[in-house]
Amino acid sequence: MSDVLDRPDAKAGFATVGTRPVRPDGVDKVTGRAAFGADFAMPGQLTGRVKRSPHAHARIVSIDARKALALPGVKAVVTGADFPDLASEIVEGGEAASNMRDMAVNVIARDKVLYEGHAVAAVAAVSAAIAEEALDLIEVKYEPLAHVIDVEAAMASSAPVLHDHIFTDGVDPKPTLPSNIAKRHQFARGDVEAALAAAEVRVEGRYTTKAVHQGYIEPHACVASMSADGQAQIWSSSQGHFMVRAYSAKILGLDISDIRVTPAEIGGGFGGKTVIYLEPLALALSRQAGAPVKMVMSRDEVFRATGPTSGGVIHVRLGATRDGKITAADVELKYQAGAFPGSPVGAACMTALACYDIADFRIVGWDVVTNSPKVAAYRAPGAPATAFGVECAVDELAKKLGVDPIELRIKNGARDGVKAAYGPTFQNIGYIETLEAVKTHPHYALKLGPNQGRGIAAGFWFNVGGESTAACHIGEDGTATVVTGNPDIGGSRASMAIMAAEVLGIPVDNVRPVIADTASIGYSMLTGGSRTTFATGMAVVRAAEKVVGELKRRAAGVWSVPEDQVAWEGGRAVCLDPAKGDVKPLTLKGLAGMSARTGGPISAEVSLNAQGAGPGFGVHLCDVEIDPETGHVKVLRYLVAQDVGRAIHPSYVEGQMQGGAAQGVGWALNEEYVFDADGKMENAGFLDYRVPVASDLPMIDTVMIEVPNPRHPFGAKGVGEVPIVPPLAAVAIAVSEAVGVRMKDLPLSPPKIRAVLDAKAG
Amino acid sequence: MGGDLASFTGGRAEFDVAATTVRELIRELEQRYPGAGDYVARRMAVAIDGEIHQDADAAPIGGAREICLIPKIGGG
Repeated sequence: MSDVLDRPDAKAGFATVGTRPVRPDGVDKVTGRAAFGADFAMPGQLTGRVKRSPHAHARIVSIDARKALALPGVKAVVTGADFPDLASEIVEGGEAASNMRDMAVNVIARDKVLYEGHAVAAVAAVSAAIAEEALDLIEVKYEPLAHVIDVEAAMASSAPVLHDHIFTDGVDPKPTLPSNIAKRHQFARGDVEAALAAAEVRVEGRYTTKAVHQGYIEPHACVASMSADGQAQIWSSSQGHFMVRAYSAKILGLDISDIRVTPAEIGGGFGGKTVIYLEPLALALSRQAGAPVKMVMSRDEVFRATGPTSGGVIHVRLGATRDGKITAADVELKYQAGAFPGSPVGAACMTALACYDIADFRIVGWDVVTNSPKVAAYRAPGAPATAFGVECAVDELAKKLGVDPIELRIKNGARDGVKAAYGPTFQNIGYIETLEAVKTHPHYALKLGPNQGRGIAAGFWFNVGGESTAACHIGEDGTATVVTGNPDIGGSRASMAIMAAEVLGIPVDNVRPVIADTASIGYSMLTGGSRTTFATGMAVVRAAEKVVGELKRRAAGVWSVPEDQVAWEGGRAVCLDPAKGDVKPLTLKGLAGMSARTGGPISAEVSLNAQGAGPGFGVHLCDVEIDPETGHVKVLRYLVAQDVGRAIHPSYVEGQMQGGAAQGVGWALNEEYVFDADGKMENAGFLDYRVPVASDLPMIDTVMIEVPNPRHPFGAKGVGEVPIVPPLAAVAIAVSEAVGVRMKDLPLSPPKIRAVLDAKAG
Repeated sequence: MGGDLASFTGGRAEFDVAATTVRELIRELEQRYPGAGDYVARRMAVAIDGEIHQDADAAPIGGAREICLIPKIGGG
């Protein structure tokens, strides 16, 4: 079931926005014709493979590649010595700030390996078999070191230290000894300890989550080719080919203009493809071998060597009055960063209490390095785990107060005019409407049976804007091509076509959206942060508007009237000058057909930096049933309500809402990195790392609340990340109700459920 | 002001400043707290009356009721 609820003032009479055309890339994707990263090939290409560390933490004593290089068919071997040592430099080239030194050392180790799977060498050979044989011939001598993966163990003063240069930022005085604690974050207002002491009702809990992977189906893959003159080309699957270009140039010491990157279709990213792993290796191998090099990760490599998101510890204390006003909140977050600093704990702090209006609070976050793969962004980075702790605590508070959990959230919820815990005052948000929609939904009135439980949880994500470029070209027949630089990971091509069609006044089928390579369109930040429909969509609208302006100018010339005497209505130029009498309108097709006589090709390109992305809120309702014999959790019903701004293509907005919920259910119930005593991952494959499949899930119902964002021409807000924030808590609260015990440690896998049930039975 | 700025300002979180654009605000901040303006320019977003600007040097703030400096936001 799907519903769209508008605020009364939100109706706007669009012709195309809000319709549900078939996605332009759909046929290719369902027929297997679409070309993903691993589908590219070049004449004479070599196969690249990576030799990876078997140790979680070790010093590299020596690397001897002579035997590998002597193997017939081997054309190149690179190690860390083939890459420049970069200084510590924060670069804003991607979705978030990255330290290029760390990224370079993550791509290929230098003096130490910091996790099992860390790349130490790469080979290019004429076949995969020879490349793999060569890997075995590379002799690496290690001095194994003690390792640490658990976040609290890594924070202990006795823990093995990963980096001698990390002295905790954000504490005063700054430590004089290095540690694994890279940074302390804090957001606070008022006196939380006094407010907690004065509270009439208090709850407290310690919640834990494990590292989980984004689980995209398509592994990382690329083809790279570097010519003798240093000109390079890359074909790869990523969330941003401009990001691939910028990072590859930095890591190899090249100029950005020397690299051209062509995007492949992307088989899922969810934040995990906002960084690079293979491209610099493939380029370095190609440079050495003088031939193109193709590299494709195995699933095992994806798990062991690319970024999951953090596991963490979330400690929450809440205080309230007896009539249900939350007066105090104290949240402490400890997040694994993996091998290098940069967990999403900062964003986790900022989102922790964003759904609530609380006078006194303190949120502290710790960014902690561990001997596990460097974490990468994962859909609303940092927010789901902190929402797990906070929302479970809010549920516990509701139970303690004896009030409905939705009513408690409405009473304390963020609304326009409330100053968010992270600073700004909210405007144009629809959180309360979202809560009301769930409260009045038929799902909420259904009775539960034995062994069943119901969970409600809320979530928030900022959404971002940023730099984007779009071009709009009118063909000689009056059809249009819309060109952008953002890989389509969630149906954005359809949204771009819809927005262009709306402005041009033509059928959406007459607009072909294209994603161009880095040399063929101006810069765009990557696809992430729920920014593409908002920011790149804004560029598309502005480019289409410029085209309309040009069409009006040309019609004015044809009619010999001032430009302000021409209107654009329904895809036609209409003459407003009464002196001209009954002039027949000029269609887009007609104007396109006479373009040579009126000034040449009709096209426009617009680059902008979109500001004012509107934040999003979601509320999820989940019913589960426990099998007391096996501990299996069956999700019976699931409802997602979300403030989506304006749904440009409602089907893909619903798809984002359903997809986020599905991923969150997996995170809550089954997914986790499991390490053995030596720090080696034990479940690096989809048989043992269990993501939910279709048969695990019910139909996920959706309710779209449309509270338009006034900064977007059509009111769009980002929608892709909010829906993964509430599910961890919604599922855990439902399971807790079903088993009768507050479940605080994810995932809620069958052995964990059985252990609780067995303990209850005595 | 949120995030890491406290380390530049000695813990001070709020202050009054005469500025009509974000660029002027950053300049003034740098004068009062050396390093803070540069840090804001590179790493902070500016929320003007609740609306977040990730890069807003030229954004007018003369009539704004509230300016919040917050860490830049990424995403997945």
